[in-house]
Amino acid sequence: MNQTQAFKQRIDDALHNDQLRANFRSAMDGIMSHRASQFPDDVQLQALREQARAIRANALVKQPELLVQLEQKLTENGIQVHWAETPTEANQMILGILHQADAKSVIKGKSMVSEETELNRYLEEHDIEVIESDLGEYIIQLAQEPPSHIVAPAIHKNRQEVGKLFQKHHPEQPYTEDIDALTQTARHILRDKFAQADAGISGVNFAVAETGTLCLVENEGNGRLSTTAPRVHIAITGIEKVVEKLSDIPPLLNILTKSATGQPITTYFNMISRPRQPGEKDGPEAVHLVLLDNGRSHIRVDEELLDTLRCIRCGACINHCPVYVQLGGHAYGTVYPGPIGLALEPQRLGLDKAGTLTSACSLCGACGEVCPVKIPLPKLINRLRAESVNHKQNTSVKGKGALRKPSEATIWRLWQFLYANARLYRAFLYMATRFGKLTPNQLGAWTRYRQAVKPARKSLHELAKQAGFSHGV
Amino acid sequence: MSNARENILTRLRNQRPEAHSTIQPGIDYPERDLNARIARFTERQQAVRGEVHDLRDSDWFAWLQTELPKRGLKTVLVGNGALGQQIDQADIQGVQVRRYQQAIETWKDDLFNQVDVAITGCKGAIAETGSLMVWPDQNEPRLMSLVPPVHIVLLDAQKIHNTFADVLADEPWHQGMPTNALLISGPSKTADIEQTLAYGIHGPKALITLIIES
Repeated sequence: MNQTQAFKQRIDDALHNDQLRANFRSAMDGIMSHRASQFPDDVQLQALREQARAIRANALVKQPELLVQLEQKLTENGIQVHWAETPTEANQMILGILHQADAKSVIKGKSMVSEETELNRYLEEHDIEVIESDLGEYIIQLAQEPPSHIVAPAIHKNRQEVGKLFQKHHPEQPYTEDIDALTQTARHILRDKFAQADAGISGVNFAVAETGTLCLVENEGNGRLSTTAPRVHIAITGIEKVVEKLSDIPPLLNILTKSATGQPITTYFNMISRPRQPGEKDGPEAVHLVLLDNGRSHIRVDEELLDTLRCIRCGACINHCPVYVQLGGHAYGTVYPGPIGLALEPQRLGLDKAGTLTSACSLCGACGEVCPVKIPLPKLINRLRAESVNHKQNTSVKGKGALRKPSEATIWRLWQFLYANARLYRAFLYMATRFGKLTPNQLGAWTRYRQAVKPARKSLHELAKQAGFSHGV
Repeated sequence: MSNARENILTRLRNQRPEAHSTIQPGIDYPERDLNARIARFTERQQAVRGEVHDLRDSDWFAWLQTELPKRGLKTVLVGNGALGQQIDQADIQGVQVRRYQQAIETWKDDLFNQVDVAITGCKGAIAETGSLMVWPDQNEPRLMSLVPPVHIVLLDAQKIHNTFADVLADEPWHQGMPTNALLISGPSKTADIEQTLAYGIHGPKALITLIIES
């Protein structure tokens, strides 16, 4: 199956799953109204968005210097920095760190970058026990599924499905579909894991170059536990997460949590700058940061597509996407779903591998309006659509032109020719209106759910002329 | 692998995006006097099920003496500073006080399973978001505010700032960040099942702030 057929199949499966669609509809409606309630004043919202946009844009301009400064500061602070170009390199480094520390079990806080590298699978193949500790991540780990949303990974499951999963994996616990009871069950199960794990692995929301500080945003406390209780902490993040100054953080944090879940702030904002110091009684003895490129530096080459890298992973674009709400996250088949996925994944993986994704968009513009750092997502998606059939312009997009079809190109060329030639166009119009009835009734996928479009008996030009409008005004 | 750093930096340096954006100030928050800051802090904490008691005019120690036994909080973890010493030396009936004196490795199981409540101080708070600023240190280590099911925090009323941005503008955090700095806004919570809020997932199930005057 090629990427287009595979994507269509997943879309078909998702659209025929009523439970899944109901779960997403109710979750997305809730999350959108929570966000809206956090931004009662549009003038302030726009000021904050512009501030956040500028902070992130400037960080990308200075990215190489900031990364060097971050590395220097972290190293001074005693945090070890590792650079990886590919997911495989990152996984090997992390395994190496774990081996060196003689660590056999890992407790993980949420990290989408580790989903990019398929870190869990890699570590398990090398006999490391990996437990996800974010409740949503834990649920999908039990279900052996990837996240369906970058902020709420188990958003596709309802309480009954979670109850059954817990019962299957922990038969010693009584079955319940009460959310508070399920939460307490997870607390109970994971508590021992936190106490026993040799190493903790986490993502990073912001890395501050000025102070060498890793910032983590969370509600549960699992991120803090994963980064505090084990004797080794390994953080993994994309190279675009660096920001210049500590004073950049308050506006970014403010707009991140409000955009993501409609909270004024999360329960915990965790700023880590050092491993355990002499005299301190807890915290990891060693802290590592793995900086992963995985195609990001290549995206930065294009002045327009560069905006993709401003993303702070709040998921607001996903929550407001009318396509995502119908399909859910798994149908996309990529790590990042929804509008940011449509922009990021075809660039990261190549249009030849993920270019079809860009068709999952109605260009309604909702994502661009809610993005806290003003990424022009509809524009980027449109650009990538063009790049997927581009065979002329010299651009840097990976796999450009991969979706170009000779038949489609010929039809467009014909249209272009017709449209550019007045006489031909009028002749075409005359034929189409007079013989329109002869066009086929079956037009493949289009007529599966719709009637075939028939040209009217008279063109708009003719009707206007009849009604007395003069030509050429 | 050793080339990854140079390769990445070379790619980034070869393509420099165009000029800078000017960063405009974002939101202007209203100034708040002390009482308004306390009111805002309390309202924000309570909105996320944080418990707040304004004990400026009363004796916070008496509050502990009454409330700890009443709530069945028998094993109390305190730090090694003056606060810990004070609580340790006073004899509260029915309450056993433990001090965080040893490295965590020597008593991890006890910490995770035997402690009912931890009592700590804090660096201050943020009114706008209802956040406690906690800088754990040798005397009050990081896991105190995280592992026990209940966390009681003493907060000096004078140290409630208006916004996080104000704190970073007024205090030189950027000149020396501690090992770990935290903003804590309420007890631990999750909405990972059906976007429905549930409290007390991995961190404390209850967060109690006692606002006092130093």
